[in-house]
Parts: sequence; structure tokens; C-alpha cells
Amino acid sequence: MNLFLQQLVNGLFIGSVYGLFAVGYTLVFGVLDILNLAHPAVFTLGGLTALWLVETAGLTIFQAFPIAVLIAGLLGLLLDRVAFAPLRHRADTYFSGLISSIAMAIMFESVALGVFGAHTVRFPANTVTPTIWRFAGITVTSLQVEIVLVAFLLMVGLTQFLKHSRTGKAIRAVAENERMARLLGIHVDRIIAFTFFISSALGGAAGILFGLYFDAMSPDMGRSIELKGLAVIVLGGMGSIPGAIAGGLAFGLSEVLTVAITGTSNLRDAVAFAVLFAILLLRPSGILGRSRMREA
Amino acid sequence: MLEVTDLTVAYGPIEAVRSVSFTVQAGTVATLIGPNGAGKSSTLNALSGVAPQRCGRILLEGQDISRWSVHRRVAAGLVQVPEGRLVLAGMSVRENLELGAYRRPRTEVAADLERMEVRFPILRERRNAAAGTLSGGEQQMLAIARGLMARPKLLLLDEPSLGLAPLLVRTVFEIVTELRNSGLTILLVEQNARQALNVSSFGYVIENGKIVIEGPADKLRSDPAIIRTYLGQGV
Repeated sequence: MNLFLQQLVNGLFIGSVYGLFAVGYTLVFGVLDILNLAHPAVFTLGGLTALWLVETAGLTIFQAFPIAVLIAGLLGLLLDRVAFAPLRHRADTYFSGLISSIAMAIMFESVALGVFGAHTVRFPANTVTPTIWRFAGITVTSLQVEIVLVAFLLMVGLTQFLKHSRTGKAIRAVAENERMARLLGIHVDRIIAFTFFISSALGGAAGILFGLYFDAMSPDMGRSIELKGLAVIVLGGMGSIPGAIAGGLAFGLSEVLTVAITGTSNLRDAVAFAVLFAILLLRPSGILGRSRMREA
Repeated sequence: MLEVTDLTVAYGPIEAVRSVSFTVQAGTVATLIGPNGAGKSSTLNALSGVAPQRCGRILLEGQDISRWSVHRRVAAGLVQVPEGRLVLAGMSVRENLELGAYRRPRTEVAADLERMEVRFPILRERRNAAAGTLSGGEQQMLAIARGLMARPKLLLLDEPSLGLAPLLVRTVFEIVTELRNSGLTILLVEQNARQALNVSSFGYVIENGKIVIEGPADKLRSDPAIIRTYLGQGV
């Protein structure tokens, strides 16, 4: 029973990181209807940049975190400018954007490889000094709690921003109908660029939290979350922010519970994706997805 | 207010509008009438900057705006209420109105919201409802009110009566009349030629991308060719 509870708690931690990653992923999809396949690479660079700031520049993680997040956001602007904006008015923009985002992902990964080498790296041992709490047979570290708090703060912050701010409303307007948004006087290209900034900043933040949580990072760490992130946003409903949060948690929980129940990690991914498959059979548009209405 | 010279709109090799010229006097309603596909909407969209203008000049209050971006035109007071009651269906009625004022200083928006909700009580009643759940007529009210939230100098109305029940068509034209009487300059595109000419002071008939007849609205109303083609018999 305690093992079960422990795994539930672990699922919450890793699920919140998945959710944070997926929120950024789905945000761009919601606005542009294009998957930004370089999102996992930004996740990697976010984590590695924070590591560099701590290890080489000698900052504390609390200083490094916001700076690395900002840099990840700037990478998002670069992505928009180089990989998406030039293709925006082409008839095949959905497909060509997908391809060019893969190209950017490869370039980002190469940069990571060149700078950090092909081995696993980790934050210095004294980056965080977690307190360990034990109660009712469950172990929780302060690091884990901080990760969940940061992830949820960012996700709630994004939700509130989209809901209430002027720019957030403009983002939703562009997502719903770009032509109409233009006619309202919204500077659509600027809103899209800003969306990339937010999306990538959140992706980078997820990368840092991931690196802290697993205490291991490598230039290909994005690969491990790439498909999961995609599964999470499909699960939650494409383009849905609350869906991505719920999907992240559901995915994290199903992973750790599989390990808890079967006793091995062999089936972890298989079961998680089987859950995805089953949910989509029941709800083809995802947990919180709405069937999107389109103009004929 | 608006002076258009030799405007040509082309989508690739296809010219939707060919070298049209027209003017809209300040404080009046001008109307573009003509059959489906004649180039009426393309003309309005070129004025807004969302359709490809090949050549020609667009003067708004004497300034050539033909190379301006869409948002700059909106900020300058050229505002379009697009065809088909184009509201942001997933966003609330209130949010639609707020976005209408996107280019305006935030401090002025609250008073205008209040004014719109007084003028169109249904928008107050349904302020938190998703705009897509409104009826067709209500959506058209919302689209017009949203356009007005931008405080336009020149309002472009694209087929505001399209697809509405006769009673609502009358309401829409009453609103247009009311706006005209308040001094707003309007360029109206309509298939409903009779009603459009009734509220306008000047009219242009556009066919196959060209203006074929133009004149004061009361003259057009009695023009035999127009009566035959657009107003039907028995007028």
C-alpha cells in the first residue's frame, strides 16, 4: 500500500514535468495548427543552459533558472523566425513547417552535442540540498515539492494569462480565426512570435526541472520526452491547455503505476501508450478536447 | 473620407476587381451593390488590407494607406465588419467586444462597453456566453457592436443582412440608419439592393469586377436598368 502511495506521489512529480512540457507544445499547436517538433530540442537546451550557468558561470540554480528560461524563450523566437515565418503563406505550410521544425531540432541537438559532448551530465551535487521528509511510509524531498510547485505555478500562470490579459485574448483570437484577428487590428505575426516565446520558455523550464528531478541530462534527452509529450497533448485534446496539464498527470501516473503493479519498468511505456490508445477509442478528441469547428 | 482610384485586386492571375474608382463622403453612407462574386467583398478586403491589391490608390482622409498593414489601418479608423457574422465563436460575448477595441487605449474601453451593452441589451444579457451560442441575428449585432468598439471613422459593412430573417434584416438596416444619423461614415456592401439604396446617399453597381453604374442613391432607385436587374418588378 505504501509503495502504491509512494508511486502515486512520484507520478504527480513526473506528471507535472510532462504537463509543463506539453503545455508549451500544445500552445503552439493551438495557435498555428502546426506541431513544433523542435520543442523537445528546446527542452534539452533549456536544461543544459541552466547547467552551464550553474557549473561554469557559478550562478545558483535560483538565478540560473529564470535566465535559462529566458534563453529558451529566445530560442522560440528564433524558431518562429527561421523555421515557421518564412513558410507561413505557402499552401503547404502545415507540412513544410513540420519538416523545417525537425531540421531545427537536429541543429539544436548538434549545438548541444558540440557544447556539452555526448555524455550524460548532471547538476553539481550542491546545486540543491533537498530536505527529505518521511511520513506514513512515503518519502518526499523538498526538491520534488519545489518541482511540482514551479511546474504548477507556470501552468496556472499561463492559464490565467491566456484568460485575462489583453495579449492572452489576442492569442486566443489568433488561434480561433487568424483572418478575423487581423481585421480586429491584432498584429498577428507579433502574437505568433510571442506565442513561440512563451511556449519555448515553458519547454526550457520543463527541461531544467527534468534535469534536476532525474539528476541526469544529455544532448538527446529530448528524445525521451518527445513522444510522451505528443501522447500527452493528444490525450488531453490537441490545443487544450487544461487538457495538456491533465494529460501530463495522467501519463505520469500511468507510468509509475505500471512499474508499481508489474514490479519492473519493462512495460512502462507500453502500458502508458496503451492507456492513450484506450482513451482515444472512447474519446477521439482527447480528455478535454472539443471537436474543432471549421469553416467549410 | 475615402477616395479609391484604379483599385485592382488580383489573386494570382485572377483579377477579382479591375480598376475601380469610388469615393465615400464623410458622414454619409455609400453602397456597393452587385451580384454574387462581382468583387464586392474583394474590394472591402483590399481596403482593409487582407486581399492582395495589385495597383491603385486608397486615400483615407487624404493619406495613401494602400501599403499600410491591416492593424495600422484599423488604428487609423478603417474598420471592417466582415461577412457571415464572423464572431470569435469560442470566446465570450464580452471578450469579442473587448477585442474590438484592441487598438484603443484601455482606459476608454470600459465606457464604450457600457454604451454597447445599453444599445444592444442582448449583449449584456449574454455577456459571458460563448459568442457561437448566440442566434444568427444576435451574432450580427455582436459583429457590428464589436466593429463600433474600435471607434471607426469609416465602417465597412460586408453583407450585414445576409442569411437573416426578414424581421432581422429590417433591424440591421435600422441600425445602419441610426449610425448614419449619428454621423458615422459607412461603406456598405449588399446584395439586398433595395434596402441598401434606401439608407445610402450614393451607390455603385459592380459587375465582374468593374463599376458599371454609379450615382446618387435616389437616382439609382429609379434607374430602369437597376430596377430590372436588382430591384425586381413592381417598384
